[in-house]
Amino acid sequence: MARSTPERNAIRSLVWLLVIIVGLIAANGASVLFNNGQWTPKLALDLEGGTQIILAPQLASGDQVDQEQLEQAVAIIRQRVDAGGVSEAEINTQGGENIVVAIPGVPDPATIERIQSSAKLEFRPVLLADLASNQILDDPEATDEDSADGDATDEAATDDEAAEGETAEPTPSASPTDASDPAWITEELQREFDTFECSSLDVVGANVAPVDEPLVTCEAEGSIKYILGPVEVEGEAIANARSGLIASSRGVTTNEFGVFIDFNDEGTAQFREVTERLVGLTGIRNQFAIVLDGRVISAPRTISAITDGSPQISGNFTQESAQVLADQLKFGALPLGFEVQSSENITATLGLSQLQSGIIAGLIGIALVIGYALIQYRALGGVIIASLVIAGIVTYLIITFLSNQQGYRLSLAGVAGLIISIGVIADSFIVYFERIRDELRDGRRLDGAVEAGWKRAFRTILISDVINFIAAAVLFVLAVGNVRGFAFTLGITTIVDLVIVALFTHPMMQLLGRTRFFGDGHPLSGLDPKALGAVYRGRAQFRQPQSVPAVKRASSSREAQRRQTIAERKAAEARGEGEDAR
Amino acid sequence: MSMLTRVGNDLYTGARSFDFVGKRVVWYSIGAAVLILAIAFTALRGGFVFGIEFRGGSEFRVTGSSAAIEGTAAATSIAVDAVDEVVTGANPRVSIVGSDSVRVQTEQLTPGETDELRAALADAYGVTQADVASSFIGATWGADITRQALLALVVFLLFASVVMALYFRTWKMALAAIVALFHDLIITTGVYGVLGLEITPAAVIGFLTILGYSLYDTVVVFDKVRENTSEDGVESRRTFAQSVNLAVNQTLVRSINTSVVAVLPTAAILFIGSLLLGAGTLRDIALALFIGTLVGTYSSIFLAAPLYVHLRENEPEVKKQGSRHKAARPESGAVR
Repeated sequence: MARSTPERNAIRSLVWLLVIIVGLIAANGASVLFNNGQWTPKLALDLEGGTQIILAPQLASGDQVDQEQLEQAVAIIRQRVDAGGVSEAEINTQGGENIVVAIPGVPDPATIERIQSSAKLEFRPVLLADLASNQILDDPEATDEDSADGDATDEAATDDEAAEGETAEPTPSASPTDASDPAWITEELQREFDTFECSSLDVVGANVAPVDEPLVTCEAEGSIKYILGPVEVEGEAIANARSGLIASSRGVTTNEFGVFIDFNDEGTAQFREVTERLVGLTGIRNQFAIVLDGRVISAPRTISAITDGSPQISGNFTQESAQVLADQLKFGALPLGFEVQSSENITATLGLSQLQSGIIAGLIGIALVIGYALIQYRALGGVIIASLVIAGIVTYLIITFLSNQQGYRLSLAGVAGLIISIGVIADSFIVYFERIRDELRDGRRLDGAVEAGWKRAFRTILISDVINFIAAAVLFVLAVGNVRGFAFTLGITTIVDLVIVALFTHPMMQLLGRTRFFGDGHPLSGLDPKALGAVYRGRAQFRQPQSVPAVKRASSSREAQRRQTIAERKAAEARGEGEDAR
Repeated sequence: MSMLTRVGNDLYTGARSFDFVGKRVVWYSIGAAVLILAIAFTALRGGFVFGIEFRGGSEFRVTGSSAAIEGTAAATSIAVDAVDEVVTGANPRVSIVGSDSVRVQTEQLTPGETDELRAALADAYGVTQADVASSFIGATWGADITRQALLALVVFLLFASVVMALYFRTWKMALAAIVALFHDLIITTGVYGVLGLEITPAAVIGFLTILGYSLYDTVVVFDKVRENTSEDGVESRRTFAQSVNLAVNQTLVRSINTSVVAVLPTAAILFIGSLLLGAGTLRDIALALFIGTLVGTYSSIFLAAPLYVHLRENEPEVKKQGSRHKAARPESGAVR
């Protein structure tokens, strides 16, 4: 038997839906097999319990942290944490001086490191450098980390000069004239430097010295120790930092990675001053150190004075290490250093009870919607139930997939979004079914009504879903914390809604419209033309005249009047005119 | 067939019709009155009550207390006594969270006061100090979320207005829908203000979701309005207002059905949230949405559609419509 076009289309749509579902299952299965994925979505802090980290600012003695600085710090830390995916980290200030970072689950060391390293970034001139005492003098690996050749303006180098342990002549009696003046190195400082152990940095935490005094510190790896002059440029002066391939003087891109810094106006002026002075100096004092959290993350040589505020740092960077340095420069531009004061795991008892309540609420919600659908739409309610089930499966698979791939975590607000979306999804079916009923009322046969109703209903469903999706997308992009998880599930279910109504509900109606039960309008089908008051039943069958109550007859005659042909209407008007004339 | 279906039939054919557009002055007045009441009562109460996330403050959570099971009143008096012992004027708020936890929120306390109060609460509820968790909340979180929420509101309105204006090919529908949206938003927040309910970040999520739902509902009604009014041109027997009214009547059953279906899950969350969890994310989101959904349905039918007619009916094209049988009559007479 040759199949009709709607039937073929319907089957094709259902096959597509099956392909999508199988594809999602396969993708999830793949991440379970190969990527440590799970078949269930990961849960957020409020459902699973999690880790709360309290950060205390590291201040030079006597300094006070103000609210503005804290807020800036919160914003920057949030940016860093969010950079690791949608993790719904909540970052608050606490007690006017601490910052609390709440991370769902147990964060990996990299995340903690990233939060912790939010710190004070400063540029200091190098006064003195030496190998750390626990280093062997001729260890090349330890020394040439940042050194490089090439025609870059700045060149990181801590090699020969450092290895020689070149000592600027200390002149303790004179007061220093500029930041590079060796006069900063007092005997006391020299002694501190000589006995300084790089390993002690790990114990102490952030190493802080007042901005106008010299600092004794080590390179991040702990292989070289430095005496650095007072701060010349603060981290806040960095407007942006990025990594990329260095272009040669002829503008040809080389294969070498570098880090590009953009200073703001103030920073440009300060940095010009520094580089103009340093470029004239020789040896170790030609270098300046970029200090993050009291540690030297890079100590490039000054090749020329940077007047435009946009230096570039070259060296033996890999793409990755260049990116790390650029991120450190960009996000490290915090006005404060921080130390983890406590890191506490929150138990999941309350989270579990919230999750259970959410699930119970969801089940009750679904049951209510199904009950209402069955009362209102009889057998059609079955289509709503089936559609909701399919929508539920697809949504679950998508969320699990995103949880595995993107680190998305389902929060209580997200669960609320899911429950609320039950209503939104069921709405689409109602819009569609009501349109079909309207078409039946106009006297179409069911298969025609399904096609005509679909065309009109889909427009409505599309525009309303677009509006809903805009709401979800705007919230997701602009809002913070909890709101995002909610907007996320709402947005996903809006898309799922469109997919299900197009690839499942409509094809099902097309197929069901061919069955005798629905096609002939069985009273329980929810599509009984008689009950819908249709005049014309199709196949040239007209409804038998029935005795109707007077009120109904009056209304019917009004309706008949409305549906007059042009000829009838003209005749009526003519009669009316005749009356006027009398 | 259910009664609603029969009503639906009559509404569709026009056999039965509610005069939504004609009585618009009544609906406008009701809307305005409710808005004024919402704002006035909120103002009289001294503005909104903000949650601890907005105020900043100290929060204590006592778990495993038998007092929590006995009920809010008992738990509250214990907590208030304990707080008063330690510090005066701390303005404690007590609520039951989950099945056996008590949450006590106070003004921001000094570390010393916090320790004292922890001990006092542990004593009062008969639990160990380890069962009393304490925390401060700085006011930045709330300020952050408020600023971002307002930004989201503005951006959403811009986007949604443009999309609607393009889709319906008239900015007047977009305007009517946005006015209805503000009506919904103000009334919903007004309910919070009038009842003195705490505005938490979760409630703000609820308010923001109303944005989507309110427009969603209006758009479905307007889509039918657009369809009906675009079908009849100057030739139509119906006036523009009558066409719109018929459209609203024809979608009435759908409006009722979709609203019921949207409210049911929200009501489920509200019920479960209040019953099992007490104050918390679920209840706050659901309450805002519950009110917003109902108000949103009302405003789509009673405000947005009449307002749209109001905006359009003075257009010359629209004015002509429906006047055919009056104007055409002498002409047809002359021909005959």
